[in-house]
Amino acid sequence: MSLLSVRDLTVKFAMREQTVTALNGISFDLAKGERLGIVGESGAGKSITGFALMNLLSRPGFIDHGQIMFEGEDVVTMNDRQLRGMRGNRMAMIFQDPMVTLNPVLTIGQQMIETLMAHRKLSREEARQIAIVKLREVYIPSPEERLEQYPHELSGGMRQRIIIAIALLLDPQLIIADEPTTALDVTIQADIMELLLELCQSNQVGLILITHDLGVVSQMTERTLVMYAGRIIEAGRTREIINDPQHPYTQGLINALPQQTLPGQRLKQIPGNMPSLTNIPPGCPFNPRCEYATDLCRSRIPEISHYGEVEVACHEVQRLQSNDARREVKA
Amino acid sequence: MFAYLVKRVFQAIAVMFVISVIGFAIQGNLGDPLRELVGQSVSEETRQQLRDELGLNDSFMTQYLRFAGNALQGDLGTSYFFKEPALDVILKKLPATLELVMGATLIIIGLSVPLGVYTAIKPDTVLSRIIMGLSIVGISIPVFLTAIMMIFVFSVHYGWFPSFGRGDVVHVWGYWETNFLTADGWMHIILPSFALASIMLPLFIRLIRSEMMEVLQSEYVKFARAKGISPRRIYFLHALKNTLLPVITVGGVQIGTMVAYTILTETVFQWPGMGFMFLEAVNRVDTPLIVAYLIVVGFIFVVTNTIVDLIYGLVNPTVNIARMGA
Repeated sequence: MSLLSVRDLTVKFAMREQTVTALNGISFDLAKGERLGIVGESGAGKSITGFALMNLLSRPGFIDHGQIMFEGEDVVTMNDRQLRGMRGNRMAMIFQDPMVTLNPVLTIGQQMIETLMAHRKLSREEARQIAIVKLREVYIPSPEERLEQYPHELSGGMRQRIIIAIALLLDPQLIIADEPTTALDVTIQADIMELLLELCQSNQVGLILITHDLGVVSQMTERTLVMYAGRIIEAGRTREIINDPQHPYTQGLINALPQQTLPGQRLKQIPGNMPSLTNIPPGCPFNPRCEYATDLCRSRIPEISHYGEVEVACHEVQRLQSNDARREVKA
Repeated sequence: MFAYLVKRVFQAIAVMFVISVIGFAIQGNLGDPLRELVGQSVSEETRQQLRDELGLNDSFMTQYLRFAGNALQGDLGTSYFFKEPALDVILKKLPATLELVMGATLIIIGLSVPLGVYTAIKPDTVLSRIIMGLSIVGISIPVFLTAIMMIFVFSVHYGWFPSFGRGDVVHVWGYWETNFLTADGWMHIILPSFALASIMLPLFIRLIRSEMMEVLQSEYVKFARAKGISPRRIYFLHALKNTLLPVITVGGVQIGTMVAYTILTETVFQWPGMGFMFLEAVNRVDTPLIVAYLIVVGFIFVVTNTIVDLIYGLVNPTVNIARMGA
């Protein structure tokens, strides 16, 4: 049985004039201990997916319909009490910017201990001991002293470690990490990712890693979802997607990586921008930026379907593949 | 901590210096002190002689230094009307005013926090809309009008509360008389306190509401939700503590301002405090008393602000008083 099974998850935002759809029928599964990457440009709906899984969307966003089966229970239909019991306990989240994630007026200790005491019947002292153990696990030096400190006394990297420790406090089954290193120094980014990978592997914790960094995804995850304008357009094993992307958008993303171009050469960009949610073109949402777009692409939304090892939502996959084959023959 | 205190005390001294210069400058320009002292039936020569004796012909600087020197020893001149040291007159009236300000402050703290938090958490309910609507009305109506309307409704029409004076007061220590120890004293202080609070209360409700709404949007509140913390703890610990930081700063200044607002409230309710006394002193051109009032009020302002800054440092961990100014 899978740990998490999302079916047809649709999130909408009730704006003043209209209701816009931010997530459009997302479906995917996650096995116990599996690590999944969600990639895409800003505005693709990655973070919204993360918050929706926790049922933590703030107004005006709401889950319109769909199912999020987590350990056999549907997160969408849980009441507030059940949600509180799940959040931070069985499913935890790591936020983007550690500088603003911790409450500035509470000590690290208060913020860790309250989390433990919200979910388990523990004395303050027992909770403190668990907090110290978890801080050691994320390699925080002299954890006893850290508990007495306020967030502003610690560096960004240190704070993100503490946030990871908070996420791990109750030994959750799933951690959702929403761009956990975007706000950090490049030198610290790799450390944090390594730490996260190590902890997830050793504790058999499932991970959903939301990022725009394909390099990170290839190191960290076993499977990957590529999102565009609120839809999943390609899904499969990370290795397949990185080495042999099927969807023109994914191909564009990978070709845009600096490793794909020679020094001095211009990076290959995908022309244009992601459409805003209020102005999604008819048909395949990617068609205005796609060099292979046909009339069919401009009129009908492609269904996601199995194609070899991966799932792709593109009308032209077959033609693209035969092109590839021809190119290979020529070469 | 010590260095910070010293710094604050120096700032306070500088402010007091400016206030004393302004107060003294007023003294020299409000009528002729001699007329107040001797009346009309004294010859011009005697007047000149008296002026010399009193030092009124000395330069501004000399006169100011004499004034400041006396002020430092607690001598702010003698009231023309009461024929008593001006400071004594004011100190006798001070408890009444401070108790009124205290009453208003209690009302403001007691009501603005729950109402501000409620309207921030549930902005769309009918009750929230009513509170916000009333707060606009409260800000717009001047204090003296609110006071008169309150007297009309609650004293004249319903007869629930007395309309003037302090009622039964109890001597606590020295000349301090308090309203808070008798039922009659309580009845007398309620209306004036509400009248005095009528402008600041809506201001604070709105301030707390907008700060709280901003804090509730913050990442750390979202993170607290993601940790599974109960809403009550999120609202009243995580959010409220951050909300109150800017409110404390504004609040300190406003308490000082309220001392000044008492002039109107005390006049309407015939409250025997400093504000009422000040208005009478102005009518009688009792210059030493006017100047002494300005200096005492300035002093109260400086002291409350300093205390509030220290409290702020204690509440906000990012301000480290121990290391500040060092």
